[in-house]
Amino acid sequence: MTNTLSREIPAVTGRTRPSARSRRRRTPAARVRRVLLYLLVVTIAVFLIFPVYWAAKTALSQDQEIYATPAAYVPHHFTFQHFNNALSDPRFMRSIVNSLIVGGSVTVISVFLGAFAAYALGRFNFRGRSATRYLILAMSIFPNIAILGSLYKLLTVTHLYNTLPALIATYLIFILPFTVWTLASFFQQLPKELEEAASIDGASAMQTFWRVMMPLAAPGLAATSILAVIAAWNEYLFALSFESDSSNWTVPVMISNIGAQSSAYTIPWGDEMAASLIVMVPVIALVLVLQRRIVAGLTGGSVKE
Amino acid sequence: MTPTLIVAAVVALYPATTTIYRSFTNDTFGGTADWVGLHNYATLLHDTAFWSSVWITIEFTAITVVVEAVLGMILALTLHNSFVSRGIMRALLLVPFAIINVISASIWKLMFNQGYGVFNDLLVDKLHLTDTPVDFFATRTSALMSVSVIDVWKTTPFVALLLLAGLQTVPADILEAAQVDGAGPVRRFFSITLPLLRPALLVALVFRTLDALRVFDVFYVLFGARSDTTTMSIYIEQNIVDFGKAGYGSAISVVTMLLIAVFVTIYVGLIARSSK
Repeated sequence: MTNTLSREIPAVTGRTRPSARSRRRRTPAARVRRVLLYLLVVTIAVFLIFPVYWAAKTALSQDQEIYATPAAYVPHHFTFQHFNNALSDPRFMRSIVNSLIVGGSVTVISVFLGAFAAYALGRFNFRGRSATRYLILAMSIFPNIAILGSLYKLLTVTHLYNTLPALIATYLIFILPFTVWTLASFFQQLPKELEEAASIDGASAMQTFWRVMMPLAAPGLAATSILAVIAAWNEYLFALSFESDSSNWTVPVMISNIGAQSSAYTIPWGDEMAASLIVMVPVIALVLVLQRRIVAGLTGGSVKE
Repeated sequence: MTPTLIVAAVVALYPATTTIYRSFTNDTFGGTADWVGLHNYATLLHDTAFWSSVWITIEFTAITVVVEAVLGMILALTLHNSFVSRGIMRALLLVPFAIINVISASIWKLMFNQGYGVFNDLLVDKLHLTDTPVDFFATRTSALMSVSVIDVWKTTPFVALLLLAGLQTVPADILEAAQVDGAGPVRRFFSITLPLLRPALLVALVFRTLDALRVFDVFYVLFGARSDTTTMSIYIEQNIVDFGKAGYGSAISVVTMLLIAVFVTIYVGLIARSSK
């Protein structure tokens, strides 16, 4: 149906489009529709942003305001006490360092290893290429929980249980395939002529990869790295299962423990929200700065094929 | 290429095969593990806690995937049509995505609080819809609904981003041509936009379904070890980490993998049919 339409209509659209559009703008119905559209956009924006606002409001409010009814929608008495509490808690700071070590190592290893595989998958045609790609995709969405027991045993046998390398090794299982999948779609978008030019100029395959393709893929590498860092930063199940000492906790385990360590009636929401904001704001800022690349990374492998 | 594949294969396939093997043993992480055949699976059949975890996981998956697909579509169409705010809105879509699960679950737990949560403030003090504050986590159903709202908030933007990317591939001239021919907006959506969006929609559904079937973080943060909200992932974690029942936990893991395989097969069938 769509095919027949596109074949018949082009000549007509050229003439009708301007008049249709100017007419649409003037009618009251169109104005109402426009207002409704903006209302919808504003509603969506509020829906997306409100929880973050509420976390910030809670973190900046004094305790009696946090637990008061009716609720205050803006803090009446600002306080940075909750931020002080979080920042002066050595276990919280330790968990940030742990998360940075784990997230950084996993990202560097998987982007380094993944770039080669992604280059091959994105640029060369070989037998079983698409099968390999889907195998890699399958691995990145494989349920972590299904291998929890085996990993637990493996880590105990190798004495890695309750160490940070345990998390680095196990996070690679789902982050490495993800990196390959995302990077492959970035490599695929680069123009073929560049490699041909490099090879005519006498560059070897490795030189082409390091000197030509990698610099061009830099934005893609940056976006993939951020996505990998977020995935590692976000992981909870393995971190909860494989680390028993609080000195090895990562951020998610630490934050979920702020609420759990006290009695159910007095969850220290101010401290918990302050700690959450401290780890949340840098990531949000980074994501917003790199938003174009990140959207391309998230949607690249899926839509263009 | 090859080293990466080898690393990946060792790291991912070894634990998967040992999980399957261990599911036929009575391994408790202690010392010896004896082959017990299908004993673990026979126990599973009569384990009401296991079936409860299967059902709540499937219900959660069905609710969130359907709501996220519909809302994601509305979000994508709205943003595709708005002129001024596209850049800002796309940035806002990434905000829930950038927040880690444990934190978003905590924020929503605070907002759902029966005593001083903002939702009860709206219902009781502002809108006067009820006199007594609602306990959003009281029953299994209300707990499930509350968790679903959080998941919808967290991941609908992802679905919307995938669909937005898909919408950019729908040629505007076809839509305008249909409009000239007298097709209304609803007709244009169902006859042109939706069929062309089908690949993007299916990819989004696959990702969301597989993610929902292995849900752990949000249930665990909100309800801990509460028995009526134990998902399959939580039940496995309890058996393996808390009770040390490696054999039994592995059997549940295998069933989870099979369940996910069933969903994948259904989707692959759908994708194959839609690309015909």
